Amino acid sequence: MRYAMVIDTKKCVGCSDCVVACQNENRVPIGYCRDWVIEHAKGAFPNVSIELRSERCNHCENSPCVRCCPTGASHYEEGGLVMVDRGACIGCGACVQSCPYNARFSHPEGYVDKCSFCNHRLKEGKSPSCVSVCPTNCMYFGDLNDSESQVSQLLKNRDWKVLAPEVGTKPQVYYLI
Amino acid sequence: MNEEILISGRMNPHIDPTLGIWGWEIPLYLFLGGLAAGILFFASLYTLLGREKELPTAVRKATFLVPIILIVGLGALFLDLKNKLYFWQLYTTIRIESPMSWGAWILMLITPLSMAWCLSYWRDLAPGWKYKLEWLEYIEKLVNKYRKPMAWILIVSSVILGIYTGILLSAFNARPLWNTSILGPLFLVSGLSTGAATIMWLSKEQLERSLFSKIDLLLIGIEVFFIIHLFMGFMASNAAQIEAAGLFLGGAYTLPFWIGVVVLGLIVPAILEIMELRGRKIPVAIPALLILFGGLIFRFIMVDAGQISSYLY
Ligand code: SF4
Ligand code: SF4
Repeated sequence: MRYAMVIDTKKCVGCSDCVVACQNENRVPIGYCRDWVIEHAKGAFPNVSIELRSERCNHCENSPCVRCCPTGASHYEEGGLVMVDRGACIGCGACVQSCPYNARFSHPEGYVDKCSFCNHRLKEGKSPSCVSVCPTNCMYFGDLNDSESQVSQLLKNRDWKVLAPEVGTKPQVYYLI
Repeated sequence: MNEEILISGRMNPHIDPTLGIWGWEIPLYLFLGGLAAGILFFASLYTLLGREKELPTAVRKATFLVPIILIVGLGALFLDLKNKLYFWQLYTTIRIESPMSWGAWILMLITPLSMAWCLSYWRDLAPGWKYKLEWLEYIEKLVNKYRKPMAWILIVSSVILGIYTGILLSAFNARPLWNTSILGPLFLVSGLSTGAATIMWLSKEQLERSLFSKIDLLLIGIEVFFIIHLFMGFMASNAAQIEAAGLFLGGAYTLPFWIGVVVLGLIVPAILEIMELRGRKIPVAIPALLILFGGLIFRFIMVDAGQISSYLY
């Protein structure tokens, strides 16, 4: 099992429904977010292009946040999920520094928080809440080890990229371009 | 072709618009760690070389500061923790891959050892002590019996502590400014030079002062060499590191770094020390304070600027 998320930047309209759905589902405190939408404009007029990306923790395969955590609070779980054990997190901030995507934040209750790929929903056989609410269906979630899965097929047939591959984290959120 | 990037969704406190998860606590902790490492290094070095008599400040007097420095440093680390009541979780595992973890352990080792070292010289502090304190005498006897092995342990662990203060930062590949292996040696040398400056400042003996002033000069030379090396490495690296170096080469940290750290913290004290060695009368506190101050702001600047440097937006 290797969970991954595939996001079609050509279909995203930047409505931020995924952000609101996550805040609701995971009781993210007001003023914080686990996922966010980036508007990336490139070029000079008249050759301008805009890319919209819904971003979150990439559940990296070689994740520096797990490596740098002094207590083992940040750890891998089944399917390659990167999770934080709230009872073991001392809030030292090492993992926040180590994430090239700034995907983590310090929760007002002291521990560090971030996207969990809604692992509580995965256990029930549902997809992450951001994926399930997207009005344009631009997000896909599944198992990359299964070559027949929708995510594997999309990565086979479309051009894609990951964010900041040069840092060597092997991110598992893929963007179709 | 101009490129523009816009963040819309994310506004997490201490993360946006620029990362600021570490405030003053961590740079202070790194500075104090390096200073303690420096003092302990020279104390154990000259004990092993058998020069306790000639260099009383290095071997005895200055070490009385170390437990205080370490406790204040650990206090600063503690203040940085957001989940303070869980701090003991640091000591439930050893995670070799995490510098934060082995740093916490090395401090756990070095703090009691440095206290025992001081206790073995307690008569220096209280020469006319009237009360009988058996446990003090017991520690004194014990340390005196095992002084050499203890000095060996201290010299090794002080080097590890000094390097650790740099590796804590350089282990983060997400921050291009920190992600260079020269930071470990650079912070070690800087820590040693702050230690030497403290010893020089406290010392009353001419011989000891001029020895540590020479040591300081040597260390400053190495530091300047490492700093040049640091920037050469950046300029020969990828776009993110070139941009990170730009923070010091025309960017926001140019003035504080070159004037504060390099000129006031390294070059001016070096000139003052050369003049002093040539026989001019210069109050020793001035170069010592400049070196300490330079070392302190160096940590602040590195921690601050490193958090700004990144691979993405
Ligand atoms: S995106 Fe950041 S927080 Fe998530 S696994 Fe990768 S390094 Fe860790
Ligand atoms: S803040 Fe928590 S999860 Fe992050 S490195 Fe420190 S202990 Fe680990």
